[in-house]
Amino acid sequence: MADTPFIIQEHQFQRIKGILARVCVECAARAVFLVDRDGQPIAFHGDIGDMDTTSFASLAAGNVAATSSMAKLIGEDVFPAVVHEGEHESIYISVIGRSLLVVVFDERSTLGLVKIRTKRASHDVANLLDEMSRESVVQAAASNTFFSEITDEDIDSLFS
Amino acid sequence: MTFINYASREINCKIVYYGPGLCGKTTNLQYIYDSTAPQAKGKLISLATETDRTLFFDFMPLELGTVRGFKTRFHLYTVPGQVYYDASRKLILKGVDGVVFVADSQDERMDANIESLYNLEENLQSQGYDLATIPYVLQLNKRDLPNVTPMDELTQELLRKDEPVFEAVATTGTGVFDTLKAVAKQVLTELRKG
Repeated sequence: MADTPFIIQEHQFQRIKGILARVCVECAARAVFLVDRDGQPIAFHGDIGDMDTTSFASLAAGNVAATSSMAKLIGEDVFPAVVHEGEHESIYISVIGRSLLVVVFDERSTLGLVKIRTKRASHDVANLLDEMSRESVVQAAASNTFFSEITDEDIDSLFS
Repeated sequence: MTFINYASREINCKIVYYGPGLCGKTTNLQYIYDSTAPQAKGKLISLATETDRTLFFDFMPLELGTVRGFKTRFHLYTVPGQVYYDASRKLILKGVDGVVFVADSQDERMDANIESLYNLEENLQSQGYDLATIPYVLQLNKRDLPNVTPMDELTQELLRKDEPVFEAVATTGTGVFDTLKAVAKQVLTELRKG
């Protein structure tokens, strides 16, 4: 049996977007993403240009999954953050429970600033994700009514 | 774990292609990628070695269309098949909604298929899943080669429940979309069941 679906309601999505917008300004970042640790993109804010955000989320999750396993091999429980510094663009990934806050920044910001401001926002993100996780269980039961209305024809039509 | 976003009206599901080394997992994804309209797919990401063996995973997002106003997007992953990449395989199974086991039909790969299938069962269990209940499809690939094991022998060894079984030649696309459709349908049916 697969896990209970993770359900994001409209008002929760707007709150996430609000937090990401604030982090983006406070960190002087180019873009900020919230990604599930299994690779599903949740939300983003900022200048993403033509970036493939779905692939970006999947790779960020793969990156953290690999480094977390490396942490365990050397006796650490987890690396709470992962940093990639490039010549112009850098990435800071903060692990918050089962999600990742990913900040993309350039020369207009600094790693120190991003670290401090991200840490402050982590608490808000963690609280919101906890709330969403708890409500997902309740919502999953409610949404069953909606999804139970999906017919075989609806599913078949996806492949026609 | 299926993600349902009511704000953007999207359903996101994760499907993993599993199987022994060189069985054709990446070829399945490559065929799907090559045969899909540009607006329905994202980039095909391959984390591969210099000799094109999968090192960590291949990934492509595929949008199938809308169901009752919700966009359905499937995130397709492959695992590295080689035995020593087991840690990577475990990681990729996290949050999986459906699994395709790609078996290599060649006689000499029977043991590798069986070993990989046991490995799948173990790794699913370690992530809290059960092969008996998760959406699952068996694909018998490379049916065009001369040295293949008869289908009934393969299914006798590899069938785990009443999963759908498809003969395939991933290089030419035979059976590729039938396999994908069968697993995607099971995932959506599971969602309907709640």
